[in-house]
Amino acid sequence: MTATSLTSTQGAGRAGDKIFSGAALAAGCLILAVLFGVALFLVVQAIPALTAPAEEIQGGEGFFAYIWPIVIGTLIAAVIALVIATPIAIGVALFISHFAPRRLASGLGYLVDLLAAIPSVVYGAWGAAFLAKEISPAYNWLAANMGWLPIFQGPASATGKTILTAGIVLSVMVLPIITSLSREIFLQTPKLHEEAALALGATRWEMIKMSVLPFARPGIISAVMLGLGRALGETMAVALVLSSGALTASLIQSGNQTIAAEIALNFPEASGLKVSTLIAAGLVLFVITLAVNMIARWIITRHKEFSGAN
Amino acid sequence: MTSTLTPVRSKRSALTKGQLPKYAPYVVLAAALIAGAAILALVGFNAFGWGIVSAILFAVGLVSWSAAVEGSRKAKDKLATCLVVGSFLIALLPLISVIWTVLVNGIPGLLAPGFMTTSMNGVTGVFDNRAVEDGAPVIGGIYHALLGTIQITLLATIISVPVGLLTSIYLVEYGNDGRLARAITFFVDVMTGIPSIVAGLFAAAFFFAVVGPGTKTGAVAAVALSVLMIPVVVRSSEEMLKIVPNELREAAYALGVRKWRTILKVVIPTAISGIASGVTLAIARVIGETAPILVTAGFATSINSNVFGGWMASLPTFIYTQILNPTSPANPDPSSQRAWGAALVLIILVMVLNLAARLIARIFAPKAGR
Repeated sequence: MTATSLTSTQGAGRAGDKIFSGAALAAGCLILAVLFGVALFLVVQAIPALTAPAEEIQGGEGFFAYIWPIVIGTLIAAVIALVIATPIAIGVALFISHFAPRRLASGLGYLVDLLAAIPSVVYGAWGAAFLAKEISPAYNWLAANMGWLPIFQGPASATGKTILTAGIVLSVMVLPIITSLSREIFLQTPKLHEEAALALGATRWEMIKMSVLPFARPGIISAVMLGLGRALGETMAVALVLSSGALTASLIQSGNQTIAAEIALNFPEASGLKVSTLIAAGLVLFVITLAVNMIARWIITRHKEFSGAN
Repeated sequence: MTSTLTPVRSKRSALTKGQLPKYAPYVVLAAALIAGAAILALVGFNAFGWGIVSAILFAVGLVSWSAAVEGSRKAKDKLATCLVVGSFLIALLPLISVIWTVLVNGIPGLLAPGFMTTSMNGVTGVFDNRAVEDGAPVIGGIYHALLGTIQITLLATIISVPVGLLTSIYLVEYGNDGRLARAITFFVDVMTGIPSIVAGLFAAAFFFAVVGPGTKTGAVAAVALSVLMIPVVVRSSEEMLKIVPNELREAAYALGVRKWRTILKVVIPTAISGIASGVTLAIARVIGETAPILVTAGFATSINSNVFGGWMASLPTFIYTQILNPTSPANPDPSSQRAWGAALVLIILVMVLNLAARLIARIFAPKAGR
């Protein structure tokens, strides 16, 4: 009697357990399937562009000739963004973790996080309407005084809608990412290291140089890599800010184009082979950002195992 | 102290010898502000340049004074402090500038009659030309875009939350840090870095292959947004489930409660405030995404309340198209006014969602007192 009633209730409970754990497992596998699907469907839809005769691709010289200038353009914009954002982001992260008064620190951190909350299209609109106009006198000055450098070769764009402006807008967008990740790492520095440095008479800067920065170096590198991933894939800021064109060395003339902006500008009106070409471009972007992100994550996990701070 | 006993009154304590006095930064700041104003007065005054020049003068002045009095180590420390504080102030500049630009340009658009309640259906360049030339009111609004944004985001949330929450439950409760769990964690991290436009292209390519070429509806956009949203939900829920104390689970098991009932009745209610705030933040992240919607939902000018059929507008794509392709190419001002109005609405939406996330986390947090 009791045995049967026990097994019957157990039976119902066991079914619930099975269903629930099965659903959880399925959801986990679904995520792997989605990531696999992203790669698969992009490849399937991109194949026509990769196999099509060269003269049918835009530009008439095949897919490779079409893609490499915009890959270079993407890299240029991302590198500009990182060169500007990295030192500032590390400074901001240090300010919040080690310089600001304890009570203000979290509020100030929230202020920087607000930068990440602003939608990218608003940054694009700001860059196009405000920044480009304000910054074009500076470009004229650069063209006049630094014009002997190929990257500042004149004549400067009159509208200021150049790859350098786009890079500056991108740097604003990656700044909060690098800041919040480095801040986390800085806060994990073993307190004993810091206190030992201070006890030996180090100034605050020497303490940071000797204990915080060496500890945080892998974390900073991976934060920068994650920022790079974001900068490579960012679309709207570039699409709205840059008046695109052929690949040029000068950063202050209009010209250059990035993969993401190329897709956003052309995809809505595209049809047939053009769609495949753009999806293939997206595949290239996906592979680049995937590689960058995987390297960054690999550095983080390796760091976790060795640091002993977690 | 000994210094008070020495006959020479001006001699300072040995402890503070070789240090700048406490008021030193203020003196240098005042001097830098005055000198900056003087320099700017020569080349034409503007507040921004004054701030920059004064900041540089302040840093140079303080560091060289410190180098003269305190030696090079203290001077380096001062220099580093100046640079760190300066970088924080520089980081605030774009934030202030963006919000100011959106407010100044957006308020006229927002206050235009019917801005929130009408769509762009039938609004052509003729009306915009008339608005510029004859001073007629700017017509046309964002109702269709607002409706589209809400529908697409809602559908994306409905897709992402169950998948994301169940995945995090798997990782925390069932995964046991096995090979599959570690693979999922790794690929969720990688998914966080997928460029938004690639997510859009994936959804487009998927529906092109399954439904037919050129399929562009709100649902496709919702799938694209889910790809971006799921990893965020997984990460935040995972963190929240992990901090549920193990004692609670063990107490439930000791009472003979099944594992799935324990998760549903004990673990999730304990973590619900954190999960809800994480989901709200994820919504705030995807609601402003432009690129995936652009390639998946197209852009409409009229109201479309069917997520599964027809092109659909959204706030970000509305802003994008109004700036890039003004309704009247000859007179882009009314279009940019509408775009800035929509940008203001979008920023307010995102900020409200961010605030809501913080409030949810605080209000529904489990009571700590025992």
